[in-house]
Amino acid sequence: MNWAELFSTAVAFKLIALVAVVFAIMAVTLKNIFHCALALAAMFFALSGVFIFLDADFLAVVQILIYVGAIVILMIFAIVLTERITSESIKQTNQLLIPSFALCAALLVGFIYIIRGTVWSSQVPPIQAGTVNVIGRQLLSTHLEAFEVASVLLLAALIGAVFLGKEITKK
Amino acid sequence: MTPLSHYLILGAILFAIGIFGVLTRRNAIGILISIEIMLGAVNLNLVAFSRFVETSSLNGQVFAVFVMTVAAGEAAVGLALILALYRSVRAVFADRFNILKW
Repeated sequence: MNWAELFSTAVAFKLIALVAVVFAIMAVTLKNIFHCALALAAMFFALSGVFIFLDADFLAVVQILIYVGAIVILMIFAIVLTERITSESIKQTNQLLIPSFALCAALLVGFIYIIRGTVWSSQVPPIQAGTVNVIGRQLLSTHLEAFEVASVLLLAALIGAVFLGKEITKK
Repeated sequence: MTPLSHYLILGAILFAIGIFGVLTRRNAIGILISIEIMLGAVNLNLVAFSRFVETSSLNGQVFAVFVMTVAAGEAAVGLALILALYRSVRAVFADRFNILKW
């Protein structure tokens, strides 16, 4: 790997990370909740770019499919099914703005202090070729029980969502 | 190759942003959005450790797949709950959801 390639990889990672952070901040601070959902979709696109940097190609695609394709669409459905989404006069934050900002800043400083203070192993293991193959084998051999439990959990979530979302008629 | 600490710091920043959103949002859908940001940050950490610590079994990526599964179920049930609450309270704001009080 020559110098130009190394430099461009580092710059590209920092750019994508910056995009992800900016869209995450937009998703939690914008007044219009619809714009927040769109910023969330953009943040997940940037995050899947970071996954590609980590050679996790399967997870990058699944991230876009599940988060952008399903969860954000579900949230947009919930937003348009409730009323008064775009009014600027509705207060979107509670009274805890300044204390929670201080708490999160302290938490972030603590995280960064710990991450900076830890000595990480500098040697990087070789890239796994074909992550889809390995993940599929792992899911159906080592993690088979968790896989089955996850399918039951999804079934329960499906039935629960249908039951909760149904209009209950009073007799 | 970008060092591991950069990925971890990005994950920490996203997690802190998510906590800030959960603490400050009044809109319940906004709280769910912030929770999704936090789950994404956790996924980033898992995938980063999977890449930098041990790549032969990809356990971190399998974990991330499970996190995504649970996140999808959580979003579906959470949004259905918000819609059910909206039908009875006519609001989506978390400080209006006080119907369990007497």
